Amino acid sequence: MANLLYFGRLADVTGKTFDTVSLPNGVNTIASLRTWLDQKFGIENVFQAPEIRAAVDNEFVDNDRVLNGNEEIAFMPPVGGG
Amino acid sequence: MIVVAETPIDAGASLSAFQVDAHGAGGIVSFSGVVRDVAKTNDVSTLFLQAYSPMTENGIQAAVDEANTRWPLTAIHVKHRTGEMAPGDTIVFVATASAHRRAAFEAADFLMDYLKTKAVFWKKETTTEGNRWIEPRAEDYLDSARWDETKET
Repeated sequence: MANLLYFGRLADVTGKTFDTVSLPNGVNTIASLRTWLDQKFGIENVFQAPEIRAAVDNEFVDNDRVLNGNEEIAFMPPVGGG
Repeated sequence: MIVVAETPIDAGASLSAFQVDAHGAGGIVSFSGVVRDVAKTNDVSTLFLQAYSPMTENGIQAAVDEANTRWPLTAIHVKHRTGEMAPGDTIVFVATASAHRRAAFEAADFLMDYLKTKAVFWKKETTTEGNRWIEPRAEDYLDSARWDETKET
C-alpha cells in the first residue's frame, strides 16, 4: 500500500490529510499518480499543476520517478515558513 | 541547534541560551519573527504552521551547513514553531555568531531567506473573513535569489 500525504491547501481540496491506497494498474510513476489523483477527486489540474512538488520517502522527486506502490508519497504546494 | 516544535519560543531566553553557546564570539546577531496582528485586509486571529518531519529538519540542516561553508561562524541556532499561534507569538528565532559582525548579519539574513521561501512549512491564516493558506510573496523569492547570485564569490 502507498501512503499519500496532502499538505497545505491540498488537504482542503481533498478533504483529508492522508490516504492509504493500493495504486491501480498503470499508476506507476509520479506523473501517472498525479493524473489519477485529479480524476479520483474530480478536480482539474490540481495535483498535475507544476507548482505542486512531490516527495517519495522524504526526498523530492521528478515526475518520471517510478513507484512500486509501497512508498510514502507527499504532495506539497509552495513552501514557506517564518 | 535546530528545533522545530509546537513549544512556544521565548526569544529572550533563546538569546540568553545562544550567548552561552556563542561564548567568545565577537559578534552575535539574532532575529525573531512574530505573528502580526493584521493581514492584507483583515485582522488575524490565528496562524497555523504545518511541517513535514524529517524533510523540514533535514532542509534546515542543509541551509545551516551551507551558512557554515559561506561564513566563518562559531554558532547557529534555528528555532521554528509549528501548530496554532496567536498574534504576538514568536514564530521563528535565528541566531548566528562570528568573530566579526558582517558574517553574523549576513548568515542570519541568508537563513531567514531560506526559512521564508524554501523551508518545508505551510502557513494558514485565520482572519475575521475566514481561512487562507499563505504562500511566499514575489519579494520573498527575490530576497532569497540574492544568495544564488553571490554563491560563487
